[in-house]
Parts: sequence; structure tokens; C-alpha cells
Amino acid sequence: MVIPEPGFYEAVEKAAAETYLKALTDVPADVRAALDSARRRETHPIGSRVLELVALNIQAADEHRILVCQDTGTPVYWAFIGSKLGVDGARLEDAIRRGVEAATRDHSLRSSICHPLSRENPQTNTGYRVPVVHFEFVAGADYLDLVMLPKGSGSENQSFLKMLSPADGVAGIKRFILESVVEAGPKGCPPYIVGVGLGGSADLCMVLAKRALLRPIGSRNEDPAVAALEAELLEAVNRLGIGPQGLGGMVTALAVHIEHAYTHISQNPVAVNIQCWRGLRAAARIYPDGRTEALAQWQLPGG
Amino acid sequence: MATTWRLTTPLTEADVRKLRAGDLVFLDGRVIGVRDATLIRVFDHGIEPPIDLTGAAVLHTAPNVRREGDRYVPLSVGTTTSARMDRFTRGLLEGYGVRAIIGKGGLYLPESLDALRTFGGCYLAIVGGAAAWQTLHTEAIEAVYWEDLMPEALWVFRVKDLGPLFVAIDSHGESLYARVGAEARARLGQILTGTG
Repeated sequence: MVIPEPGFYEAVEKAAAETYLKALTDVPADVRAALDSARRRETHPIGSRVLELVALNIQAADEHRILVCQDTGTPVYWAFIGSKLGVDGARLEDAIRRGVEAATRDHSLRSSICHPLSRENPQTNTGYRVPVVHFEFVAGADYLDLVMLPKGSGSENQSFLKMLSPADGVAGIKRFILESVVEAGPKGCPPYIVGVGLGGSADLCMVLAKRALLRPIGSRNEDPAVAALEAELLEAVNRLGIGPQGLGGMVTALAVHIEHAYTHISQNPVAVNIQCWRGLRAAARIYPDGRTEALAQWQLPGG
Repeated sequence: MATTWRLTTPLTEADVRKLRAGDLVFLDGRVIGVRDATLIRVFDHGIEPPIDLTGAAVLHTAPNVRREGDRYVPLSVGTTTSARMDRFTRGLLEGYGVRAIIGKGGLYLPESLDALRTFGGCYLAIVGGAAAWQTLHTEAIEAVYWEDLMPEALWVFRVKDLGPLFVAIDSHGESLYARVGAEARARLGQILTGTG
């Protein structure tokens, strides 16, 4: 067990701020490649014009170092804690929150977070139970991987959960996922990365759908049956004709990612969490001495 | 064949009536930024907008800004999902003379489409998520009202060459969203029955 040095939590705060800003300003390399490929195969006149504008927008964000999209999102973090790292969870969570507040203050980020009833906005992008922080543990590692996903509301509002019956089978699962994409239609900024949770309990299923959005485009689920379903669904989604921005076209999704868990014998839960075309995420690795490295192409542990 | 138009605000009924779904528009002049809280204040709380909206192009937005003295500098002006503000469309057109709604993701309520037809309005789709590009076409924030709703204040942006905007719903009852949506549902049916 390695006890982090005093500078560790400051490094976490800094990494939380930097990954937030990076996720908002820099489209990940795998998403850029997927958008380039989409632009090459899109034949619809409006769809191809939209993808051209998407490319111009990424270029503009790069050149002027400004936000890709104005939505600063709900700050969601995944902390993958090495099992050899003797981390203080409460301090870790507090450091992440301070990082969000620092990024918001230092870069004049729009505060997108408010009280659910009064709608009061603290102007910090934080609030009670926000940022959302998920914790997972990585056997054998002595570092922390912090993955940041500033989840835009246009796509987050396109979230779906259905507790299907076992008798609905795989056919029911496919139907629900495709119906969800049709329901999302143009509203979540297609072409989408379709995050799917399969199995678990209702709460785990929804978390898995979001976790699927952490994976780089082109990755496959480690279970061959699930991976085959990802490929089949991507092909089906791209036959719907919704297209970029839902104005028509061949490219409705860049990827379908499924994360699964075992479930109850009487359950068949499916969740869909849509991600917009910018596919925003950023990751950093923080070592016990506070040393930090940005991880350009982060992969899920074991994935 | 799609036509490309260059329009300057304030817009007239003739400006809007000539637009057909699928056409492209480049816009100069002023764009009025509104969002959920702004429109809830106008229509649910019955508070009159602080400026004249006759002929206005209204944008569904809440920008990132930096305060410099007594003014705001636009850092990121993008576009939010219009469906949440769908129910305010008719009021904006009928009550205040708005001519264009700029948004993303479309309008769906029959009364919104009917209002665009009846009063001469259009829905111009911008590429959602393309805020960097949109910000470069926003020259300045000329005025801000209702700052207590920050960031959902009422914003007056001066824009130059904002486009291409896609005429997604025209004043003649044609909606690209309705067309694409109907086709997607038909294809979904074919996929599920194995006939697609």
C-alpha cells in the first residue's frame, strides 16, 4: 500500500480542472477520426454539409483555443483507484469538486448546474452531489486514473431505461435500443455515440450506459456476444436515415458501445445514454507523488 | 434545388415566406438569445420582454461570457435543444412578431408549426455543438437584460455572416424533422420485422 504524498490531492484538484477544460476544448483523436470517416461516406446533401461544418468547428476550436460547444455540461468523473494506493476517498472527492470550481472561475465557464426545485444557480458548476463522481478500483495499480466527461444536456436528456422481461429476449433489447435512437432523433446532436447498459439492477444498468461512453470509438466489448450485438446495432442505427443533426443522412451514429453486467433471473434491463458527436472526455493519471500525465487515448482497465 | 439566401434583421414577412425547407440562410444583424428561464418569465410569469421583438430572429442559447467593466465579451455562443422551448413558439410569433427561431433539434408541437404557417415564421437549424464556429460569427454582445437569470438572461448579439443555417421548418408547413422522423420510423419497422 502506497500512502500518497501531501501534494497528491492538489494534483488531483489540478487534474480535475485541466481534464474538464480539455474535454470542453479538444475533441478526442478517435472521435475526430470517426467524424472524418463519417464525412467521407455521407452522401446526403444536408448531412454532408453538416459534417463539413462540424469539421470547421473543430478547427475553429483548435485555432482559437475556445470551447467546442457552449454546454459546459454536468461534470461527471470516473475515479479508477489503484488497489495499492491508500487514498482518502473524502479528500479525493473534495479535490475533484474544487477542481471544477477552479476551472469554472479561471476560464469563465458557464455554470450549468442549479437546484432542481428553486433552479438557483450557484455559478460554480457544482452543487449538492455535483460533480457526479463514480469510483472503481483497479487491482495492482498504485496510481489514480481520473476520467472526465462533461455531459451535455442535449444528449443527456435523451436517456432511456426499460426493465424488459426475460421473455422479451435479445429481440426486445434490440427493439428498445433502436426505438430510443429514433426517439432521440435530432435532439441530442447526432451523429451519436450510443451508450448502452445491459443487465444489472436499474441503477447499475444506467451507470453502465454512461460508462460505455468512456470507451474510445473502435473498441469492442470483451465478451464476443456483446461485441457482436454492438456491431449489429451500429449497422441497424445507420439504416434509420436520421443523419447528422437529424436533417437526413447515412451517418446517425459513430459507435454503439455496450457495457454489461449479470442480472436477476426475472429481469432484462436495458439503458440507453446518448452522447453527442463531440464525444467529449479527457483523462489524466496521477501518481502518489503528485506527478500527473495526460492520457490521450485512455482505455477502460482490461478493455 | 436548394437556394441560398442572405438576410438582414429585422426580418419581414416577405423575407420568411420565400424560404423553403432545405434552403440555406446566412444572417446579418441582431440575434436575440433566449432560453428556458427567459421564456418561462415571459409566458408563465407574464412579464413583458424588455425589448421590441418585431421581426426578430430568436436564438435558443445560454452563452459563456466574460465580464469586462460594464459589458460582456462572448467566449462561447452556441445553441441549445429547441424542443424544451417548443410551447413558447406560438406566443413569440403571435404576441411579439418574431420571424425566425434559430435552434437545433427542431420544433414538434402542431401549434408551433401552425403558428409558423399562420404568422409567417421559420425555424432555422444551426449545427448543434458547433459553438466555436458560431462564436466566430458573433461580433459582440450589444445588450443583456434580466441578468438575474444568468446565464439564461435575454441577450442581444450582433452577428455577421451567421450561416449556413438550414431552413428546417418553413412557413408553408414543410418540416425536415417530420419528414426524416417519419422515414426513420418506417425503416425501424422494416428492421424489426426483418424486411429492411
